[in-house]
Amino acid sequence: MIRVKGITKSFGKEHVLRGIDVELYPGKCNLIIGLSGSGKTVFLKSILGLHTVDSGTVEYDGRILGDLNKNETKKLRQEMGMVFQGSALFNSLSIEENVGLPLNFFSSMTLEKKLDRIKFCLNRVRIPDDAFVKMPSELSGGMQKRVAIARAIVLNPKYLFCDEPNSGLDPETAIVIDKLIHEITHEFGMTTILNTHDMNSVLEIGDHVILLQDGKKTWEGKKEDVLTTDEKNVVDYVFRSNLFKQMRAALAKS
Amino acid sequence: MIYRFFEGLGAYFLFLGDVFRRPEHLREYYRSFLREVDLLGFSSIALVCFISLFMGAVVLIQTAMNLDNPFLADSYIAIAVREAIVLEFAPTIVSLILAGKVGSNIASTLGTMRVTEQMDALRVMGINPASYLVLPKIAACLLFNPILVIFGMLLGLVGGYLAGDVLNLVNTEVYLSGYFMEFFPHYVTYSLIKTFVFAFIIATVSAFFGYKVEGGAVEVGKASTKSVVAMSFTIILFNYILTDMIL
Repeated sequence: MIRVKGITKSFGKEHVLRGIDVELYPGKCNLIIGLSGSGKTVFLKSILGLHTVDSGTVEYDGRILGDLNKNETKKLRQEMGMVFQGSALFNSLSIEENVGLPLNFFSSMTLEKKLDRIKFCLNRVRIPDDAFVKMPSELSGGMQKRVAIARAIVLNPKYLFCDEPNSGLDPETAIVIDKLIHEITHEFGMTTILNTHDMNSVLEIGDHVILLQDGKKTWEGKKEDVLTTDEKNVVDYVFRSNLFKQMRAALAKS
Repeated sequence: MIYRFFEGLGAYFLFLGDVFRRPEHLREYYRSFLREVDLLGFSSIALVCFISLFMGAVVLIQTAMNLDNPFLADSYIAIAVREAIVLEFAPTIVSLILAGKVGSNIASTLGTMRVTEQMDALRVMGINPASYLVLPKIAACLLFNPILVIFGMLLGLVGGYLAGDVLNLVNTEVYLSGYFMEFFPHYVTYSLIKTFVFAFIIATVSAFFGYKVEGGAVEVGKASTKSVVAMSFTIILFNYILTDMIL
């Protein structure tokens, strides 16, 4: 479990995170939702340690991120996988090399076993064998996201972080990516933390949903609660569009 | 402005501290080094050869015009051309050209990696991006720039000889013998020392500007331009300092 206690983060005079307390559950898709600028990405990067927080702690199964020594931090890093908003695949490496890079650094597998593991991960995210030697620029956005997921899970991480994994994708591909992340989370028992402002994702895979507004947690619950709760912050965020307003009315009637 | 200069200088040395941390998994660094040798070194050979050949030819024409005297043997023209190419044109001009080609490539590559979160991806994996991305580039430049400069020297001399022959400006036999007269190997050593220092400047200054990019594509372009300007200033400055120290 990841336990976040009172983290704050400012950039100059701008306070982005204003004291967030939250627990992120293992084996579940923990979704961080909120408007653009609500602090989702900064929150995610602060949990990861890519941003140093001003105050508060982030605890990974009892290990406090800032208190670990160099070797412990490195070990923890190997338990993390991250899917970035823009995929962040290395342009100069082929698909196979991209996925194999963490293995080359952090595993003592033989070359044969490494190749097996790379093939398993790429096939698991439904990348065909003939695409393994391609460069990232030769793939579509959806395929790049899937390769990024394969790279994130290649070391069999305990914690998977996804920053808006379906942004810029068409609705169909977005659902495929969402389902893939959900399947992988349950299959490997990972703690998945996913940033999104896509309500389809919330309703599809939101085992545990956290709403951020102006750098604060204003609500948390399950995906089923999102549509039924009377909490004003959620209603204001979720039912902005007429479509969702109609859905809510229909649900209330039924 | 002075404050910003020293702030930048401090940040540069802190960056070098990150770059020169003890690398782990040397095999990965070696693979990356080979890629960089190909990208930064081999791809520059044609450009350096072309420029050096014509640079040698121009130096010969100008020297021959200025030393057009019946009492002066053509071998002296050869000596003047050789010293100009070996001491200054090959190491300094070739390094300035490489600062433009290789340096801007390094700055824009690292800048793009920064803004597309590829560096963050490395950090999440537990890999030191400064060391993994920059150290192989420094090694490739330190290894390959001297080779390029030696190519530059040789082709500059060939260019001078060919121009003299084609334009009939010198007696080629006498001219050629001049290349081997009063030759001081120390000059080549001085030239290579300069090249090593310039190679280090090219790799680290450009990497620093690329690594520190914040923003988007526009900032990457700006960083690339700034890095070329900074490298050119630094190379010219160190050219003076090293010449004063070594020669």
